[in-house]
Amino acid sequence: MSQNMLLVLMLAVFLGFELIVRVPSTLHTPLMSGSNAISGITIIGALLAVETSGQGGTLSLVLGVCAVFFATINVVGGYAVTNRMLMMFSKKEVGQ
Amino acid sequence: MTPTHLAYIVSAALFAVGLKRMSSPATARQGNLLSAVGMLVAVVFTLARAGLDYRWIAVGVAAGSLVGIVTALKVQMTSMPEMVALFNGSGGLASLLVGWAEFNGQPGPHAVPFLVAVVLTILIGGVTFTGSVIAWGKLSGKVYSGPVTFPGQQVVNGVFLLAVVTLGVLFCVQFGGGGTWRLMGPNTYIYLFVFGAQLLGVMAVIAIGGADMPVVISLLNSYSGLAACAAGFVIDSSILVVAGAFVGASGLILTSIMCKAMNRSLANVLFGGFGVADSSSGGGTEQGEAQAASAQDAYYVLEAAQSIAFVPGYGMAAAQAQHAVRELGDLLEANGAEVQFAVHPVAGRMPGHMNVLLAEANVSYEKFIEMDDINPIIESVDVCVVIGANDVVNPAARDDASSSIYGMPIIEVDRARNVFVLKRSMASGFAGISNPLFYKANTKMIFGDAKATIETLVEEFKAS
Repeated sequence: MSQNMLLVLMLAVFLGFELIVRVPSTLHTPLMSGSNAISGITIIGALLAVETSGQGGTLSLVLGVCAVFFATINVVGGYAVTNRMLMMFSKKEVGQ
Repeated sequence: MTPTHLAYIVSAALFAVGLKRMSSPATARQGNLLSAVGMLVAVVFTLARAGLDYRWIAVGVAAGSLVGIVTALKVQMTSMPEMVALFNGSGGLASLLVGWAEFNGQPGPHAVPFLVAVVLTILIGGVTFTGSVIAWGKLSGKVYSGPVTFPGQQVVNGVFLLAVVTLGVLFCVQFGGGGTWRLMGPNTYIYLFVFGAQLLGVMAVIAIGGADMPVVISLLNSYSGLAACAAGFVIDSSILVVAGAFVGASGLILTSIMCKAMNRSLANVLFGGFGVADSSSGGGTEQGEAQAASAQDAYYVLEAAQSIAFVPGYGMAAAQAQHAVRELGDLLEANGAEVQFAVHPVAGRMPGHMNVLLAEANVSYEKFIEMDDINPIIESVDVCVVIGANDVVNPAARDDASSSIYGMPIIEVDRARNVFVLKRSMASGFAGISNPLFYKANTKMIFGDAKATIETLVEEFKAS
């Protein structure tokens, strides 16, 4: 871990605030489920934990596979339901 | 710089652009898809790393996708808060497992920052997981939805939190310091963290009443991002830090909006045990008689009205009345009236809940009007139709300094020319506070199922 990561964290928090304060209250539910899906980025860590010859042996493998399972639910479900909601917001324009 | 690193940079950019596109209903769907592409890019390039066990990964991904897709496609829009809570919890649990697996897979000695990150990932992930599960239980009625409190609860929670933090510090000192003193083995510590974090999550959320769930869900949303962020420090991956920070910021903003809309501090929501039993709750007969009206009475008033504002609350969701409401709105517009939907920021059980339901029923988003925009012009509104909302239109918040919701911003429907309140009975709202609006001279109560009432009105208009 380097101090650069802390710098990245600080800048990302500021960017996040700037991006999200612009979201109107109408879209707060999709924003929440969409950002929830983004928090599933932890799937990257989960995938990396499922190694063929890792030091952690069976325990790490089991933990890793469970992590992949739960992170995938978060990612796939989160994006799918957000898309479903946002289709409802846009169909009015397309339809009429 | 490997292709994977470049791919992560592309992913981070796609997440940022995706969130930016969320700022308008017209581009939001595209934004969500961009964000999903960003996730896909990150996953595919991660899989390119050598030494991964693809069979087990395939099993995890396939099972998780199946559960995720089926849940996402089957869920009712009214149950969205519960589902977001569950997805949130599964993200938190995944982060906890990542922190644990990573610590288990790394031979010592460890650097202190790595150990700190492991502890934080497990603690935040665990709190997010069980906190979300309890929130889900409260929202879906599977767990008692009121606040569960006992004497000395805050002291107990405080001592418990302190104990967990102390253990975390000891853990980092022991295994990062290079010394030989050992209180316990590393795995004992990890078990205690995993168990302690989950217990903390339960204790934190059971004390919070159902009415405060919009705040809790927003906060847990933020935690799930922070857990991913901490996991990023564990596996030394900046994409997790960036994406986690976006979500952390998003959840914090929503939390603060929800708190402002209830005029409460975050500390008050978390530790207040709000909505226990308000002394003035329930009855309120001393305030006079509420005037009941029939749907036919309402029809004559609505038929003559020039401007109408619907004020939906959770009751509309519970009655599944959103489609009937949209149909009534269309008929009123055909009748020459101006129709708007005034949505309070905390109406429903999560931020923006009512907007999603109405969008599902095909209400155009241009018809939504925010609390701050309707209040200055509400005296010119002929009829406000309150559908299953209670606390967010309670004038006591404005007039009665002794009320527990005093100071909370409300949609001031009592200042409109006429108010119809659609309600099942005179029972008090989710927060358990009586509502003087029901006894005002310009207020008429229409008792019964909101959906049935609206459908009767629709029939009346169609018959005319």
